[in-house]
Amino acid sequence: MADIERHDYDVLVIGAGGAGLRAAIEARERGLRTAIVCKSLFGKAHTVMAEGGCAAAMGNVAAKDSWQVHFRDTMRGGKFLNNWRMAEVHAKEAPDRVWELETWGALFDRTPDGRISQRNFGGHTYPRLAHVGDRTGLELLRTMQQRIVALQQADHAETGDYEARLRVFAECTVTELLTDDAGAIAGAFGYWRESGRFVLFSAPAVVLATGGIGKSFKVTSNSWEYTGDGHALAMRAGADLIDMEFVQFHPTGMVWPPSVKGILVTEGVRGDGGVLKDADGRRFMFDYVPDVFKGQYAQTEDEADRWYTDQENNLRTPDLLPRDEVARAINTEVKEGRGSPHGGVFLDIASRMPAEEIKRRLPSMYHQFKELADVDITAEQMEVGPTCHYVMGGVAVDPDTGQSTVTGLFAAGECAGGMHGSNRLGGNSLSDLLVFGRRAGLGAAEYVTGLVERPAIREADVDAAARMAVAPFDPPAPGDAGENPYTLHAELQQMMNDLVGIIRTEAEMAEALERLQGLRARLRHVVVEGHRQYNPGWHLALDLRNMLMVSEAVATSALTRTESRGGHTRDDHPVLDPEWRHRVLVSRCVRDDPDGGPVVPRVSVVLSERVPMRPDLLALFDIEELGKYYTPAELAGHPQGGAA
Amino acid sequence: MSYEGTFRVWRGDAEGGDLEDYRVEVHDGEVVLDILHRLQATQTPDLAVRWNCKAGKCGSCSAEINGKPRLMCMTRMSVFEPDEVVTVTPMRTFPVIRDLVTDVSFNYAKAREVPSFTPPPDLAPGEYRMAQEDVSRSQEFRKCIECFLCQNTCHVVRDHEENKQAYAGPRYLMRIAELEMHPLDVADRVPAAQDEHGLGLCNITKCCTDVCPEGIKITDNALIPMKERVADRRYDPLVWLGRTISRRRA
Repeated sequence: MADIERHDYDVLVIGAGGAGLRAAIEARERGLRTAIVCKSLFGKAHTVMAEGGCAAAMGNVAAKDSWQVHFRDTMRGGKFLNNWRMAEVHAKEAPDRVWELETWGALFDRTPDGRISQRNFGGHTYPRLAHVGDRTGLELLRTMQQRIVALQQADHAETGDYEARLRVFAECTVTELLTDDAGAIAGAFGYWRESGRFVLFSAPAVVLATGGIGKSFKVTSNSWEYTGDGHALAMRAGADLIDMEFVQFHPTGMVWPPSVKGILVTEGVRGDGGVLKDADGRRFMFDYVPDVFKGQYAQTEDEADRWYTDQENNLRTPDLLPRDEVARAINTEVKEGRGSPHGGVFLDIASRMPAEEIKRRLPSMYHQFKELADVDITAEQMEVGPTCHYVMGGVAVDPDTGQSTVTGLFAAGECAGGMHGSNRLGGNSLSDLLVFGRRAGLGAAEYVTGLVERPAIREADVDAAARMAVAPFDPPAPGDAGENPYTLHAELQQMMNDLVGIIRTEAEMAEALERLQGLRARLRHVVVEGHRQYNPGWHLALDLRNMLMVSEAVATSALTRTESRGGHTRDDHPVLDPEWRHRVLVSRCVRDDPDGGPVVPRVSVVLSERVPMRPDLLALFDIEELGKYYTPAELAGHPQGGAA
Repeated sequence: MSYEGTFRVWRGDAEGGDLEDYRVEVHDGEVVLDILHRLQATQTPDLAVRWNCKAGKCGSCSAEINGKPRLMCMTRMSVFEPDEVVTVTPMRTFPVIRDLVTDVSFNYAKAREVPSFTPPPDLAPGEYRMAQEDVSRSQEFRKCIECFLCQNTCHVVRDHEENKQAYAGPRYLMRIAELEMHPLDVADRVPAAQDEHGLGLCNITKCCTDVCPEGIKITDNALIPMKERVADRRYDPLVWLGRTISRRRA
């Protein structure tokens, strides 16, 4: 096809959030010609919405903190499903990644002695989150955006061209990855959102950094970009996804007014002293400490309140349990009739500290409630409820290089799986994208440097991708009205919210899969109006391909896992089952299913086994705690002489 | 509570366009962006609107609502009377791409012209020590979500295409102030602020501060202090004398 703009790069990064930018910086610093493609403008990615902080065991506030403690907290938060090597690398490297940001100009909040301040968060033993008020994600993203500009300035000084080695293709969407005859990555196909024109990238390495899948759910804290593009692109290119049943519902999203339902209320509110209350003003979280966390959280309000000032001698408040626990607790309170007027519970910071202090520590939250809900959080309680926030599942990657099961395809950040197990701790996302963004950029750079011959794009694939992209403009068959993409999207969101949400049952998920089949069929008849220039209806029609595919992976995995753990709660299988701990569900694209086809291929889910934890890491845990999660046979090698 | 509201939305592209009238349902608690989304879903599926987070954090959905530069996601419908016509037009200072979407590449070009953070050579990562009091000043400017409303409203470039070359605009003059006030930055951008980025064109009418959705005091805290630094350097008689003498000796 002649009317396709063509580019050649060493490394193509898809996504310009934290993971994508960090990967691109690394690849460029290793001397490779790097392109970043993103659906929005440069600097708008979802990372800007991260509020609370970036977890790193720097020990600035609590000297006893260390990578081992961070590692343990992460594994506990994920209920021991995490890829332990990723959790290890993450805990060890996060401090260096944070300090590095300072050398690029980041300005974190400070301790009295001038170091980076760290705050408390759910599931973290010590105050560990580097932060900037409640806009930490913006600081991270802006710092990396400005680092990219600095690298472009260096290239300009040397070559006269800002984009000689590093170029951002903003408002550009990739619709398909391209592989060579052997299945290795050869490039990617996409379109400029502004003009609708096609663009083809030849690149031997692609780093997926596309974030999450939240836009398949109605109530979500995620932005429109979160349509599971990386997840679906990876599957269609032949890569494996893992853990797709684990979706995090953040316990505190706004519940009113309806148009802002789902917008995030940072966990920092609770980290800094805010508490959850039912309609009668009772602090209900004390009733919800599960067995596996008994002895790690305060049992009385007095002790919980003392903990804020004396963490040596008191246990922390159960308001700061991991997110899955808090979300389920809120869900139960509302269901049993003890909720707030608009179907949430109350989050109270107003009675806990002076108004000025609240405004200083939580300026965005103050602003958000004032502007959008007419609520003054320094005087009134907030109403909050669970909102779809994060997907733990994602592309299966090598923990050290970020490479997927497809040669040349790398993934980092939210679209990669494994790091967070069944539930991510707050603050571990910003650190994840720094650590593994860098690792993926490095992995891609080393892969490309070692290549003898570059994989070649197959022109037939390019033609097929181009045809697929414009198919929604085809007029409907006679007598067929054609499907409206906005209607299909609204139906998908409502369905996923109702049937594959925070509490799941076999019957509901079976129904969800049936409804997905219907939506897949209807998407083949989608028709969009207008032309290709900045046409949001068309963009949505193409994004729906990815959303439907990823939704099937989530629903099928959730149906298969017959236990409750982290971000997967089964009403019909409410207990955590050690036999499920060592199993992993792998989602793959099925090419030749009659219900599938090229628009939305089917997804199959197969059972596999997790790699057992390295003995020295396993030895960091007490055998008594491990016994709550592991089968006795798995603990036979523990130094405390595991039960036979 | 809901009602049917009247909206006038600019439709068109670089070739031209016009305001078009729509009647759309409005529900309790909604913002202008909700209404445009409803328009897309029910009447105008190809209406071009740039947006992203819908939470006032990304700065994508900038437009002019009844002539005032605002974020569409943070403009509540409750500020209008139910019988009031709400007019939504694209930002005027930047070229229109389509409907409410403008070409904001001017801003990205200006961003590249400001010399980046320059770290102290003698400090390793992890050795940075700064007092909260000292970082607070630059932190205020780093709240910027780059919605470009200040750039859009600034009369130096609004309707004055000819000034765009010589003028970085409030957002990037503020970026210079941010770096100059960074406790550990070692570069000097004061002369360039005046000579290359057009600080002198700003005559502190505070329009930028008025439209900033983050409430950053751009004029008072960034632009005026930068002007003072330039004045101290250029026009302080003692500094002038000292510089003249040292130049003669050299």
